[in-house]
Amino acid sequence: MLESYLGAGIMMLMAIGIAGGMVVMTSMLGPKREFADKMEPFECGESPIVSPHQRFSVKFYLVAVLFVLFDIEAVFFFPWAILFKQLGMFGFIEMLLFILILGVGLLYVWKRGGLDWE
Amino acid sequence: MLLKLTGLVPLFPLIGCIINGFLGLRIGKNAVGLIGAGAVGLSFLTTLFIFAGLVMTPVEERVFEQVLFTWMSAGDFAVDFGFQIDPLSMTMMLFVTGVGFLIHVYSIGYMHEEYSFYRFFAYLNLFMFSMLLLIMGNNFLLMFIGWEGVGCCSYFLIGYYFEKKSACDAGTKAFVMNRVGDFAFLLAVMYIFNIFGSIDFTTVFHAAPEKLIYDGETVTIITLLLFVGACGKSAQIPLYTWLPDAMEGPTPVSALIHAATMVTAGVYMVVRCNALFALAPLSMTTVAFVGGGTAVFAATIGMTQFDIKRVLAYSTVSQIGYMFLAVGVGAYTAAIFHMVTHAFFKACLFLGSGSVIHGLHGEQDMRKMGALKDHMPITFITFFVSTLAIAGIFPLSGFFSKDEILYHALMDGNVILWGMGITGALLTAFYMFRLVFMTFFGESRVDPHVHPHESPKVMTVPLVILAGLAFFGGALGIPLFHGWHVLHNWLEPVFHFDMASALEHSAHLLHEQGKHAPSLTHLLEPAEHNLWVEVALMALSFSIAVAGIFGAYMCYIKMPHLPASFTKGQWGYDLVKNKYEVDELYDETIVKPTLEGSTLLWKEVDAKGIDGSVNGTAKTLGWLSNHARTFQSGFVRNYALFMVVGFISLLIISL
Amino acid sequence: MEPITAPAIDLVSLAPVLVLSVFGIMVLVTDLFIGKDKSVLVFISLTGLLMGAISSLAKYNLPVHSFNGAYIVDHLSVFFTFIFCISSALAILVSVDFNKREGIKVGEYYSLILFCTVGMVLLASATDMIMIFLGIEIVSISLYVLAGIRRNDPKSNEAALKYFLLGAFATGFLLYGMTLLYGSTGSTKLVMIASAIRNGGVASEPLLLMGVVLLIIGLGFKVAAVPFHMWAPDVYQGAPTPVTAFMAVGPKAASLAAFYRIFSEAIPQLSPSWEILLCVVSVITMFVGNLGAIMQTNIKRLLAFSSVAHVGYLIIAIIAKNSLSSSALMFYMLTYAFMIFGTFGIVILLGRKGDENLEIENYSGLAYKHPVLALSMTIFLLSLGGLPPLAGFVAKFFVFSAALKEGFLILVIIAVLNSAVSLYYYLKVIVFMYMKDPVKEFDITLSPMTLFVIAISIFGTIQLGIFPDSIIALAQAN
Repeated sequence: MLESYLGAGIMMLMAIGIAGGMVVMTSMLGPKREFADKMEPFECGESPIVSPHQRFSVKFYLVAVLFVLFDIEAVFFFPWAILFKQLGMFGFIEMLLFILILGVGLLYVWKRGGLDWE
Repeated sequence: MLLKLTGLVPLFPLIGCIINGFLGLRIGKNAVGLIGAGAVGLSFLTTLFIFAGLVMTPVEERVFEQVLFTWMSAGDFAVDFGFQIDPLSMTMMLFVTGVGFLIHVYSIGYMHEEYSFYRFFAYLNLFMFSMLLLIMGNNFLLMFIGWEGVGCCSYFLIGYYFEKKSACDAGTKAFVMNRVGDFAFLLAVMYIFNIFGSIDFTTVFHAAPEKLIYDGETVTIITLLLFVGACGKSAQIPLYTWLPDAMEGPTPVSALIHAATMVTAGVYMVVRCNALFALAPLSMTTVAFVGGGTAVFAATIGMTQFDIKRVLAYSTVSQIGYMFLAVGVGAYTAAIFHMVTHAFFKACLFLGSGSVIHGLHGEQDMRKMGALKDHMPITFITFFVSTLAIAGIFPLSGFFSKDEILYHALMDGNVILWGMGITGALLTAFYMFRLVFMTFFGESRVDPHVHPHESPKVMTVPLVILAGLAFFGGALGIPLFHGWHVLHNWLEPVFHFDMASALEHSAHLLHEQGKHAPSLTHLLEPAEHNLWVEVALMALSFSIAVAGIFGAYMCYIKMPHLPASFTKGQWGYDLVKNKYEVDELYDETIVKPTLEGSTLLWKEVDAKGIDGSVNGTAKTLGWLSNHARTFQSGFVRNYALFMVVGFISLLIISL
Repeated sequence: MEPITAPAIDLVSLAPVLVLSVFGIMVLVTDLFIGKDKSVLVFISLTGLLMGAISSLAKYNLPVHSFNGAYIVDHLSVFFTFIFCISSALAILVSVDFNKREGIKVGEYYSLILFCTVGMVLLASATDMIMIFLGIEIVSISLYVLAGIRRNDPKSNEAALKYFLLGAFATGFLLYGMTLLYGSTGSTKLVMIASAIRNGGVASEPLLLMGVVLLIIGLGFKVAAVPFHMWAPDVYQGAPTPVTAFMAVGPKAASLAAFYRIFSEAIPQLSPSWEILLCVVSVITMFVGNLGAIMQTNIKRLLAFSSVAHVGYLIIAIIAKNSLSSSALMFYMLTYAFMIFGTFGIVILLGRKGDENLEIENYSGLAYKHPVLALSMTIFLLSLGGLPPLAGFVAKFFVFSAALKEGFLILVIIAVLNSAVSLYYYLKVIVFMYMKDPVKEFDITLSPMTLFVIAISIFGTIQLGIFPDSIIALAQAN
């Protein structure tokens, strides 16, 4: 039983070997000249003025989350569209309900001000 | 017809409790007293009617069940909310409502100065209600409800003077200790249900000889569990320490709950279950020895106490020990007889001590009394009569009931039990007269600022009635001649147990299990009534009582310096005076470890991990930052870690 | 191409879920168009819950299966649906005045309670692991938000965040357990799992057992069984009081129902292995809950620990898994709903804006200022402690009898002993109310809705104690 995994095993070993080897080789073979400016985080040749760990406005998260939500729910339309004929009337009504609920969600977000940037 | 009134008996106190509890402050003290005592009075009257009804029915039909409704039923399990009237519960009802009524009347006078007078009467009525449920219930569960109910009321009433920390502590102690007993009782009830499929008294007791093996494991466990329950409620070794502390409650409460009625509920329960106990000789012996042991043990402590109510409390513990001794040797009638007479004289003694305390404005220390007989003649006479009764002086009630117990202990039990009984009798006579001599005779040691006075009529009349009952109560059970013992004839049908068929059944059951049944024919021989032994015993116990009194007279009247020289520096005396250090023992072995365990749990797991982050810093602004830090240092992570540890341990267990 | 037929769905049996969802959405939308006065929402949600309760009682031949056997309507689920509707309605009623006082002006509050109720109904009716998971997630997510609904209160935030993080962690365990069960038996349906185990169709025995252990952890977290209870005291304390009451009853009941269903329907064959695990969990849950409660000075924490202890008793019903124990579970949760809402109703009444009076000390002398409130509190606490003739006693008696019937004597002894210990801390509160002088003035506004809840709860606690028969008959109807 284990033999059937042999190919996969070899493949994994090789993958690890090549990937690991490349990392190790570059750090060993590559030239290294370290000085202070070089060790700074690179910002188009300018020295950094503020810390990169900044707090983002929560608005970004909000938009991102809303996007993910509606995006994923919209994905449901694809299988439905492909099977539209087989699903018949039942499927159509179901999808209308689905859109309705989605619409309520959109309405809620809108009225709550989730879509206003300012 | 009259029996149909049964439901009314507990109803009156319940109504009284509700009215007093909710409207008590508005209707004024007189109305509260009237309603409180009146409700119990009505109960007593109804009980008399029912009694008449029961007397009129033929002897063999004297079991009346009144089912009000089905309480709960689940599958094959059904419990009714119903009452059972038979000679045994009738006897209990009569003296509980009767004595209860007198004590209610007395309380009107005794508690009159109290602000929350209404609260007292509401509790007292609620107590009467629960006690009547306990007595009248027709199944174990209903009895248990009453059982818990009286415990609850007792707790509230002990803690009545809530300003005193000792009162609160005593209340909690009583409650928790009772819970230990209740827990055993409840287990027994479940066990009984498991075996019989029912918890109705009639069904269980009828089926007992058929389903249980004589001296078998099952019946022994059930009866022992029941007895542990009884020990808790009736303050027997080792669960007795709450009763003396319970004296923190008002004196009428001590009289009603902690002397006459509630504490005898354990005896009632065991007597009620006589059909089960008859099948468990081991349990019977245990009951007898615990009872006898308690009788002597508590009496020795009673000799050393100086608080008038505590002496009486230990005396109660000791007297209930007698009742259990009687039950343990199968003398159920004697136990009930002693319970009734004890209710009379002990209620009278407690109320008398209340009268003394009332007259001395709250003084309870006997070392600050003395020579009160001239100031309080009625209290003195009634107290003296009751003391004679409890000491067992002919022809007062205690003489007959105690003597019957001693006789049965010797005839059916063994010499050791009898020895315990007779020792207890000697000690009882001694400490009771010590109490009387220190309180009413000798030199007055009363604080000169206090002027002792006799109590008002509303208090003395109940005293006189109770003293009368304590004097003549013995007539219920005149010994020697068969047929004169009224109580015995009356209770006979309840204790009828067909040992022969029970043994046959258990032999049959054993045979089915492939075991050999031992021959137990000696159990079937009828006990002989030996007239001469009884007369001789009477003479002996009378002289023992006189000896005890004489001893007390010598020590406390004739040569008052004697006890001090006797006891000084004696470690034995100190040990007894400190109540054998049992309280301290319990504190060290049970109370402290529990509390410490809980504290540990709280401090280590909870306070450090949880409270630390929530409570301490919640109010400051720095809370958030502080919290963020503690948060990162991983409180939630700790919880998660805990879950993982739980997972691993469960995995290990499951392997 | 063949037309695809939709699986048979009995809409009547789904009615409670649909009704509650629709009303939840209605609340959400209505909230958008009204001002600051949220009483319309209260009205809508109460109507929804009422209709949900009524629709759950619609008479038809039980049990009804839907969704290819992923959803069932039987007596257990009907009874629990009823409990959920009652408890959510009580939660909304106690919230009204509390929210006004504390300035919680969020309309989502009510819709979240409705959505949570939907999740609970799903949970109690699910017969498929996926459906169970769905139910648990709907319930949990609603609760995370509800716990943190007081956005400006750090304690509330902390409660929500802790609950969320640990909940997510526990969900991982749960899901992993379900996966292992599926992997080793080849189905997510409880009945199919059971038949696979019965017929020897198990791929890997150790993995199956591991799955069971993981399930115990996931569900144990949801019901707050030790050692997965650590969140409970924090969250109970931090969450707004009505939410705490809500959490302690409905979601707990729902998880217990699912717990019971999984263990009695899917893996009863494995009971020799999980009995001991649940016994251990039950025993330590009782001990930690009761001992933990003794030292508490905050009433909400005390009740949190007490609810942990109650879970310990309830797990006994799962262990016993006979017909008596399922009805005992239902009855217990119904009585528990009344006791908890009554107690919390009083806790809410005694608070005022900015000072919730949550220390037990603050209850000193309540009996003199407000004797009826103190009496009610006493009744609830004594019932929680299992004192007859109150409902709590009957409930405990049932659970213990069910276990005794299966021969779990030691377990029952421990449980009875524990309920004796529990009275100690309930009494502590009573002692403060009756036997101490007031430490400060009671400044109580007797809000009618909360009083109404307390009155209902008193009625329920006494009624179910003295006349439990009709309800028990209902619970037993299977």
